[in-house]
Amino acid sequence: MSQTAMQNRPVAETNTRFDVELRKVFKVFNGETVVRGIDLNIRQGEFFSILGPSGCGKTTTLRLIAGFEEPSAGEVLIRGRSMSGVPAYRRPVNTVFQSYALFGHLSVWENIAFGLRIKRQSKAEIQKRVQESLRLVKMEQFARRYPAQLSGGQQQRVALARALVNQPTVVLLDEPLGALDLKLRKEMQVELSTLHKNLGVTFVMVTHDQEEALSLSDRIAVMHDGKLEQIGTPNQIYDYPQTPFVADFIGDTNLFKGRIETTDYGMWQVRTERGLRILVKPTESLNGSMPNQVVVSVRPEKIQLSLEKPSSPINCFEGRLMHTMYLGTHVHYLVELLSGDRLTVLQPNRAKLAAEPDSPLYIYWAETDCLALTA
Amino acid sequence: MYLPILILAFYSFNASRFSATWEGFSLKWYEILFNDSRIFAALQDSLAIAICAVGVSAVLGTLMAVGLARYQFWGKGLYRGASYLPLIIPDIAIAVATLVFLASFAIPLSLWTIVASHIVFCLAYVAVVVSTRLSGLNPHLEEAALDLGATPTQAFLKVLLPELMPAIVSGCLLAFVLSMDDLLISSFTAGGGANTLPMEIFSRVRTGVKPDINALSVVLILASGVLAFLAEYIRYRGDQRRSV
Repeated sequence: MSQTAMQNRPVAETNTRFDVELRKVFKVFNGETVVRGIDLNIRQGEFFSILGPSGCGKTTTLRLIAGFEEPSAGEVLIRGRSMSGVPAYRRPVNTVFQSYALFGHLSVWENIAFGLRIKRQSKAEIQKRVQESLRLVKMEQFARRYPAQLSGGQQQRVALARALVNQPTVVLLDEPLGALDLKLRKEMQVELSTLHKNLGVTFVMVTHDQEEALSLSDRIAVMHDGKLEQIGTPNQIYDYPQTPFVADFIGDTNLFKGRIETTDYGMWQVRTERGLRILVKPTESLNGSMPNQVVVSVRPEKIQLSLEKPSSPINCFEGRLMHTMYLGTHVHYLVELLSGDRLTVLQPNRAKLAAEPDSPLYIYWAETDCLALTA
Repeated sequence: MYLPILILAFYSFNASRFSATWEGFSLKWYEILFNDSRIFAALQDSLAIAICAVGVSAVLGTLMAVGLARYQFWGKGLYRGASYLPLIIPDIAIAVATLVFLASFAIPLSLWTIVASHIVFCLAYVAVVVSTRLSGLNPHLEEAALDLGATPTQAFLKVLLPELMPAIVSGCLLAFVLSMDDLLISSFTAGGGANTLPMEIFSRVRTGVKPDINALSVVLILASGVLAFLAEYIRYRGDQRRSV
């Protein structure tokens, strides 16, 4: 799926049209603020994901765009038009629900035709467009079936077709693959990506599955506690997280809290709470300003393991192997440093480390392979 | 458990005037029954009451169930509890209460007072059956309809109502059977010559069980059975097609 991530079309910032804009949007339910001042611009034709743990407000954000909820403050715009006071049924968006919400009393064909019939399209037009979208999701032979007679994956396709047939400006997907098993989910991910590329419609997807977001999206917004933590391409989000939350939530990471002790030759030396001295090359976003408290993030796959003491003393620490876990393609090591910190290390399966449990070893990483984030 | 019913059915084909002795097979009592104009007048009253009461209950019960499920309002819990109360209050209590109420407002008893009193319990039954189905429905169905461009009214008529229809129909059939069967509430609230089938049967049985009543009972049991089966079948079909 990584090939889709690499196809991030470079979109020029100038004269870009936005399909969806959120301006300082707040949503309060029964005195609880679920969405706290979100600013978001979603470009035309983009596959945009809102990623976050459950309860972070991502589904509410989607429902605000769909019009099922009205913002308590702020504004939602679609194609530059304010959606304040515009009910869900007059918005140029269609939603694919997590639970599909197919109409059980209607056949697959009638389910897909529902939106067109409401809009009083001609019979011939309905016939043509329903057939077209059935073909799009490869469900032609199931047109006469009822939703209860379909598998989860097939229902998912019908839900997609029912949204796409109306040719909306924006397709909203609420955890679209959440109810499918792993293998089917991978299949549908490829199909979603292909559909998006072929149709060129803006997709806004809500998900808690970081892998899904990374592999499908052009850009990702990471949400936490009703706020946006970071917006960026999958690459930026993974390699250059701006907050400890993003670093921790996207992929695995090892975090060390500490203070900056010295700054030499454009490097920061961070002294962690447990006394480790880590050398970090500051990222551009932090350049200039120097925070007092920082969190250093090191990805498990960027850490090297060795039985002998490496020649360079930079970011090299002694520890012992606690636990080894085979993941097939990779091996996962848990290492306890002399300082008491525990780190996870991920190595490709080819370089097997001949280390016994409890045996002493050295871990090290380059100063460019870790990040300092403001705590 | 079904022994009395079987014996009753058996004796309805008895040629003898007296239940105790068996004098050979005969359809004579069914013949007499179908030529009895008083029975037919009573049946007409019963049907009129049941159809009116069920018709009103179907509309109000459905709206009540949907309203209780979809909207938040003050005193909702209390209202929900109160609306299902007729299911557990003894019939005699409803009957007496209704009579006292009607008397205190000096409303003359008629066929319509029976209809009104039947609506009391029919409404509760329809609402319960519809609520059960409603709670099993995907809560996003209406939103999906709105999302596809349907106005709230269209969403209700084209999506929610068809999805609830099996429950509405089976709730109505249940209420219909109960209304047809009711003796107690009807006899307390009847007036102006209104006479339901159970009331007619009861008044006849008081002077001794005649074989034509046996025959009538068999017909009623069969009719109730068919309706109950129909109600169950419709509910089952509805469940089969229910979306996951």
